[in-house]
Amino acid sequence: MYIKDYGIAGIRFLSEGETMHRIYFDHNATTPLHPEVKSAIIESLDVFGNPSSLHEDGRRARTLIETSREKVAALINADPDEIMFAGSGSEANNTVLSSVSCSGARCSLHAPADSDLVISAIEHPCILETSMCLKNRGTLVKRIGVDNRGLVKMDDLDQAVSQNTSLVSIMMVNNETGAIQDVERALEIAHASGAMFHTDAVQAVGKLPLDVKKLNVDFLTISAHKIYGPKGVGALYVKKGTPFCPLIRGGHQEMGRRAGTENTLGIAGLGRAAELRTCEMEAESERLAELNTVLRMGIENRIKNIHFNSDPACCLHSTLNVSFEGIEGEALLLYLDYEGVEVSTGSACASGSLDPSHVLLEMNLPVEFAHGSLRMSMGRSTTRQEVDYVLDVLPGIVEKLRGMSTVYGGEQ
Amino acid sequence: MNSWLYTEKVKEHFMNPKNIMFNEKDFEYDAMGKTGNIKCGDEMIFYLKIDPDTLTITDCRWKTFGCASAIASTSVLSEMIKGMTLDAASNISNVDIIDELGGLPDNKVHCSVLGDKALQEAINNYYRGHGMFEKVRDTKSRIVCECLNVSEEEIEHAALEGARNYYQLQEMTKVGTSCGKCSEDAKERLAFYQDKHFGIKMGRPDERPPLAK
Repeated sequence: MYIKDYGIAGIRFLSEGETMHRIYFDHNATTPLHPEVKSAIIESLDVFGNPSSLHEDGRRARTLIETSREKVAALINADPDEIMFAGSGSEANNTVLSSVSCSGARCSLHAPADSDLVISAIEHPCILETSMCLKNRGTLVKRIGVDNRGLVKMDDLDQAVSQNTSLVSIMMVNNETGAIQDVERALEIAHASGAMFHTDAVQAVGKLPLDVKKLNVDFLTISAHKIYGPKGVGALYVKKGTPFCPLIRGGHQEMGRRAGTENTLGIAGLGRAAELRTCEMEAESERLAELNTVLRMGIENRIKNIHFNSDPACCLHSTLNVSFEGIEGEALLLYLDYEGVEVSTGSACASGSLDPSHVLLEMNLPVEFAHGSLRMSMGRSTTRQEVDYVLDVLPGIVEKLRGMSTVYGGEQ
Repeated sequence: MNSWLYTEKVKEHFMNPKNIMFNEKDFEYDAMGKTGNIKCGDEMIFYLKIDPDTLTITDCRWKTFGCASAIASTSVLSEMIKGMTLDAASNISNVDIIDELGGLPDNKVHCSVLGDKALQEAINNYYRGHGMFEKVRDTKSRIVCECLNVSEEEIEHAALEGARNYYQLQEMTKVGTSCGKCSEDAKERLAFYQDKHFGIKMGRPDERPPLAK
């Protein structure tokens, strides 16, 4: 049940035994298991065989994995043997970055100083930190900034990419703002200079229609838990014929691309999740786009002195990032949490570091706005009632926090 | 312990913070103190009503741009200091506040010192305004490392941010990485701030095991 008797003066605590309907607006962080994915995982629990074994139990596990591979491939229009399963999206990203500095015959331990890597400044930390590591080993790393809408500056990218560039890696959709990058153009720039192109598509796969053949991308990263699959499994698309060097060595699994006995359960879950996305994505996108508009307009009408960090013209339909003047994001997040609403913030206090969101800072947002940002990301279970409930409770919380703020002097 | 787990008392003070300054017109104060910086993501102002004869805090208000931990710790502090003399209020340490709250996650201690510092600023401002300069507690920071211009404040900050030993302190502040003659001083300061904020009394900082997360 929703809790309606909310007052600004004090937030009501639940009495014993009363359960709160949790409103999950944090789908970019992770998603709940799709009930059918859950069933698929349960069914595969007894498939214990080692997929590399030749006997019946082994073959059964092998079949499960290969069927999943086909389903994941189908979601992005790849060939099944272009899909490599990994332990996470982060692992897939690490694999690409580490592999590329290797450039074929030379090993990644001897990263050539003459090859450079071009990334955007708003990548996920698993790209940013891996590239810092490569930089320390001698690879020249160039970071391309974004404009105030959070879009990677293509002119700067064009300037930065040279004949020496071995890889360009630009995410497809930013996790914090939902900004959809012009990957086609970025890829064109990379290929024109003979560089390979990777896109971290964990926030895009299953939300936007994707065709790797049409796109002609060399590497693409997928994560299961962002598409209602289980945690601890991801996949990497590697275009046929692309030079590749494994991150995890010592086994023939995944066609020698990733050693280690396969995570049968996780892969079964990812396969089913990918299959479900293929049929659910389109109708859901339309529905979420409408809800996003309701949410956005509602906030705009009810709360003054705010700043939207997601431009609907170029952002994913399910993500809305907004800053509230005079408010620190962690406090806002926790008040919402106590009201049953689960969101994220770009505030430093919520990350455990001193710096607020690097993505918002790159967009040239004033630092205090970055500290006061809230990310709401909706998903397949989100309803209109939930959006209305958020719109009911949010203004009171914002008002309360602004009332005690040292910096807020504006109108309520 | 889950690093994001707050105690019930923290939650209570966060949800219903006490003594907030909602409207400056409603509260005549004798002293005001401000600390923090909005750019760094937190700012705090403390307002005190003081009985001039006894130098006792009769009432107080505060407001903040801060996180749950800053709100809860300042709320609890504002309850503790009512009826206290200015000297007694000055002597409240961060460890006392955290004890009163029933504990705070390590990575949130940094945010909880805000109220404490704003309070000291307000007390100092009162003393200054009433000619009691000898009572002002200097919050200005001494330079420990002259080569790299590292102050006590920066060492305190690093301690709050999780520097557990001299090596980590050097990583974070570069203190003593040039001539190194300040190293004993810096280690002593690190131990001092760890004691002050975390209540760790475990010997020399460079000999301590890292704290469990």
